[in-house]
Amino acid sequence: MTAQAGSGHPAGSLSCVEILVALYFHVLRHDPKNPHWPLRDRFILSKGHVTPAYYAVLAEAGYFPTEELDTFRRLGSRLQGHTVMNCPPGVEMSAGSLGMGLSFALGLALAARLDGAPWRVYCLLSDGDCNEGQTWEAAMAASHHQVDRLTAIIDYNRIQNDGFSDYTHYQGGGDRRIGGWIGPNGYAVNIMSLEPLGQKWQAFGWHVIEVDGHNLPSLVEAFQRAQKHTERPTVVICHTIKGKGVSFMENNPAYHGKAPTPEEAERALKELE
Amino acid sequence: MMTQTGRLAATREALGPTLIKLAEEGLDIVVVDADLGVSTTAAQFGQRFPNRFYTMGVAEQNAVGVAAGLAAAGKIAFVSSFAAFIPGHCYDQVRMAIAQPNLNVKIAASHGGVVTGEDGASAQALEDLSLMLALPTFRVIVPADVVECAQAIEEAARRYGPFYIRMVRPKIPVIYDESYRFQLGKAHLLRPGSDVTIMAIGVMVYQALQAAQLLAQEGIEARVLNMASLRPLDEGAVVAAAKETGAIVTAEDHSVHGGLGSLVAQVVARTCPVPMTFVGMTSFGSTGRWDQLLEHFLLTPNRIAQEAKEVISRKRG
Repeated sequence: MTAQAGSGHPAGSLSCVEILVALYFHVLRHDPKNPHWPLRDRFILSKGHVTPAYYAVLAEAGYFPTEELDTFRRLGSRLQGHTVMNCPPGVEMSAGSLGMGLSFALGLALAARLDGAPWRVYCLLSDGDCNEGQTWEAAMAASHHQVDRLTAIIDYNRIQNDGFSDYTHYQGGGDRRIGGWIGPNGYAVNIMSLEPLGQKWQAFGWHVIEVDGHNLPSLVEAFQRAQKHTERPTVVICHTIKGKGVSFMENNPAYHGKAPTPEEAERALKELE
Repeated sequence: MMTQTGRLAATREALGPTLIKLAEEGLDIVVVDADLGVSTTAAQFGQRFPNRFYTMGVAEQNAVGVAAGLAAAGKIAFVSSFAAFIPGHCYDQVRMAIAQPNLNVKIAASHGGVVTGEDGASAQALEDLSLMLALPTFRVIVPADVVECAQAIEEAARRYGPFYIRMVRPKIPVIYDESYRFQLGKAHLLRPGSDVTIMAIGVMVYQALQAAQLLAQEGIEARVLNMASLRPLDEGAVVAAAKETGAIVTAEDHSVHGGLGSLVAQVVARTCPVPMTFVGMTSFGSTGRWDQLLEHFLLTPNRIAQEAKEVISRKRG
């Protein structure tokens, strides 16, 4: 999709494919033929740039024809580079500016509780989302209001737009100066360390589950476990690999916001088969 | 209808009581607050409807996002703070979470303008209208007094979509009595006149009325329009003012860039160019009593009258 469009965010899409598949095919109560069903579970994509994976999963689930995926990022298409609410129906929220999803998800969850409705809310966040102060405002507020029907999911791949989020994932060696710097390949090292991420969420009053974000049964089990927690919201921290499944994209910050060439795309698709 | 009642009241005093009234009538209202509910009077709603009032702490970005989520689930969501903080502290959240998806969120922002007073420049929002008018889905209202403010809040609650209502902190003159009816998209004619038109919003409406009295003493008949509904704007009233009076002064307690003056000038330039001038803020504010600040920054009846005579002198023929 990104190769055809000539732009887009392939690597972060690949890191959250299993998360999206687990949700849309095993966890969410939803009806693609009735996208406005009032009692559906809500999925809020906060990392709004991973539309290649998100749109593909929505289409596969039946929200719109898979042929429409070919229009991605083209003038007149419903499939913009970043998500637009109800465009197409099934997209629950506009996103693109990071850090906004969890607040919106919290508002939905508060409304469901006020109405005594049964539906739950899931929100997928990125490393970058966890850089934004708003995410932590929302984290604080969600436990403060004891919103147990809210599940945050972190696609913790440790690579962001400019490079690596922390030292632990950077293989390049060199001296380890305080704060971030630019490595020999031109990408940033140690943009903003999120560790200890689980402890941070715990300190904000959340149940914390950590899981291999590429293991479908483990993901499904984790989301089901989250549903049983009461009084506090749950975060599922998914340890993932950016560019998962494509050798030249894995852990390579070059493919955060760049489409593969047609030749690269062909190689990538072969590897993914 | 226009009765200078002799009463003083802050426009923000309308918020809590009006929200309570509407919720008691059955409107599905919720209120999101960022630790200023006592000041905006939204907290009164929380006392009456504790389950529908959500405190978010001093976290405006989150408060705006939560309000958007509540609205997406079908609620009429009011979010309330000071104008310096919403939209000032969280403009991208207002843009992305409310304006772009066109959600049913009403921003009730108090402490607009230099009349915020002693707290000084940081608390005095002078840019909020420029910011909000740049978002095409928002309707923007600046009530002139507490009577109009209550009706504007009710109008916003009963209509679908994003609204921005700007209120003020100090007790300012009440110009309307209870027979007044606010109409979205309509300018309100407070005084007829054919020599010049003074268009004003908020606290400056009262100043404009005083200016018209000064001008009348010199034999100049100024039309005074309350332009509370900035979007939708009453373009018909603007065009008629340009055609019938041939000169326009705008007056606002806000930056002259991007507020009432800019909005009116765009209509005038497109339809019927006439001499205009703009009374408003050209610097940041300062500390002092609200009435002293109006004097200090020349947001006064004298200044408006002076500017009116200046635009009249530029009329052709």
